[in-house]
Amino acid sequence: MLSIGYNRKLLSYPFIPIVLQGIKVACVRGDRELFKDINFSLGTGGLLQVRGPNGSGKTSLLRMMCGLSLPASGEICWDGVSIGTLNEEYFARTTYIGHLGGVKDDLTVTENLCISSAMAGSEISSDDASKVLNTIGLGGREHLPVKVLSQGQRRRVALARLLVCNTTLWILDEPFVALDVAAVQLLREILERHLQQNGMVVMTTHQEIDINASSITQLQLF
Amino acid sequence: MHHRLLNCNYFDAMFLWIIKRDLLLAVRRRSDVLITLFFFVIVVSLFPLSVGPEMNLLRTMAPGVVWVAALLASMLSLNRMFSSDYQDGTLEQMLISPQSLPLLVLGKTLAHWLVTGLPLVLMAPVLGIQYDLPSDALFVLVISLLIGTPVLSLIGAIGAALTLGLRGGGVLVSLLVLPLYIPILIFGSGAVEANMAGVDFAAHLSLIGAFFFVSLVFAPWVTAWSLRVSLE
Amino acid sequence: MAINWFKYSSPASFYSLAGKMIPLFAAAAVILLIMGLYIGFFIAPTDFQQGEAYRIIFIHVPAAWMSMFLYVVMACWAGFGLAFNTRLSSMMATAIAPTGAMFTFLALWTGSLWGKPMWGTWWVWDARLTSELILLFLYIGFMSLQAAIDDPRRADKAGAIIALVGVVNIPIIYFSVQWWNTLHQGASVSVNQAPAMASTMLMGMLIMVFASWMYSIAVILKRVRIIILERESHTTWVAELQKDGVA
Repeated sequence: MLSIGYNRKLLSYPFIPIVLQGIKVACVRGDRELFKDINFSLGTGGLLQVRGPNGSGKTSLLRMMCGLSLPASGEICWDGVSIGTLNEEYFARTTYIGHLGGVKDDLTVTENLCISSAMAGSEISSDDASKVLNTIGLGGREHLPVKVLSQGQRRRVALARLLVCNTTLWILDEPFVALDVAAVQLLREILERHLQQNGMVVMTTHQEIDINASSITQLQLF
Repeated sequence: MHHRLLNCNYFDAMFLWIIKRDLLLAVRRRSDVLITLFFFVIVVSLFPLSVGPEMNLLRTMAPGVVWVAALLASMLSLNRMFSSDYQDGTLEQMLISPQSLPLLVLGKTLAHWLVTGLPLVLMAPVLGIQYDLPSDALFVLVISLLIGTPVLSLIGAIGAALTLGLRGGGVLVSLLVLPLYIPILIFGSGAVEANMAGVDFAAHLSLIGAFFFVSLVFAPWVTAWSLRVSLE
Repeated sequence: MAINWFKYSSPASFYSLAGKMIPLFAAAAVILLIMGLYIGFFIAPTDFQQGEAYRIIFIHVPAAWMSMFLYVVMACWAGFGLAFNTRLSSMMATAIAPTGAMFTFLALWTGSLWGKPMWGTWWVWDARLTSELILLFLYIGFMSLQAAIDDPRRADKAGAIIALVGVVNIPIIYFSVQWWNTLHQGASVSVNQAPAMASTMLMGMLIMVFASWMYSIAVILKRVRIIILERESHTTWVAELQKDGVA
């Protein structure tokens, strides 16, 4: 049903789809080659799931996609231009949530959200922040320092950024880890809504979670 | 990248955000700040115990001792500059932020100086009195530290960025950074000595000022670059 | 000139080229060293002020020059590697550092050997010796940074940054130390007044400088070959090379 919605939107608004594309990407860690000749292509509204066993280079590939590291060879392009040359222009359109999360223990939940979204280029008021935190299930804990929260709650603090950012491409490293059933469901809805609005999602996950999207691509690493 | 720097609102907002954040974190972790300050005080106070309480000797040694202690104290605090952000993933977010990274680095460096460098400057006169420095020499000591310690933070940031996440990072950073501190040490303590000898010390201070401006312009870029290398 | 220089920028072809060049440079180094030492120790006249002790400068001066040249050369290679992402240039920089540090140490050591008869003390805080000491610290910093990093790509880039920062700072450090030295003139003896040099002395010294260059090139190439083998151990050409070596 969601895919129909996407198609209808496509018909009513003629827009040029943006594509994230990887061409013969290779990754070397130390003197070990993790993968090579990886090709992928992700269009608007598309979901790219990166799969593979531990140590196969999933996180390395995701870090390359956000421009944190360069491929040993090959190229990753955004709209036909190598992301290495786009820099800030590209960073303004992506949100990356790695397994570290980027949450500071000594700051409160609200402070964390306000500062991380300011850093990502979209400042929000503390009212907006508490609304978002309510949605993500952290209502009433806004003023607690993050260090007293559980693992799952910290994860929610990191994921709350997805609700305030207005970026196109989301790159998520194991977003479902440490979340309870309700939070998994919530995140699924957030992702589906983003995809419906012509967003793009790249993620790694070990869990079998079906997300409705107009196009789902699987990328298997070995 | 340049048009962002020219955009004033943008500039102010992020620059202030990062300083505010780092100061807030420092307030929540007050002990870190105090450790650096006490280290400075203890090192300076050890010298009279090792060379004897002879006041004339101490007076000639004072500028050098205070400056070396300031160098060591600011170096000791360097690895805290990026390491907590590195460990919790915030640094990654800074690197892929649409904000200009050198500007973020500059903000962090300034915050670092405010919590570690400035207390040393304010404490220096008290330590100078221990060494019986005359009041105008105390004044020159404070001024030289005030211009010199920001340079230590700016240059030190490069070393801190390069040694991020390495084993033995703390000792390694001293090997990298201390040789680069030597000119500041020479002119900083030189200014006070010149004043005590009744010679003009303005040249010393202007040279430290020149170092300050040069490192202000270049060090954040080099640090930003180093951070990208270290996190790749 | 039909030589394709770019061909040699790939580690594999450079490896074999370097292998052919090492004996030539090594031979040149030995011949020049013997000539230079002979001139320095037997032909050059005894200095009327300093006696025989001055002969240490035939080692000291070339070593001091090499220590500074090599740092600049190292920074150039490192910067080149950083700018153009050429692996071989970064390997060159890594290979130069130990030789540079060795010459710096040699310059300090011979300097202090010279100092004992001249000034009656093993060490004086002379501007040149002090700068040389700081240069040794810079070399040690570069090498320890690279040694602490496991990932060769990061090691190359981080080393390059610190080498470039160092090379920008060397003149500043040198002039600060010189100023510091003139301010505290009373405390030390200046060696700025070099004695007028006999032409045989000059020739001996120049030959020693060339010998040092040849030696450095030979040793650095040897070291680059080892680094190439380490770094490229996962490639097929190294595997084939090792197979050939065994067979």
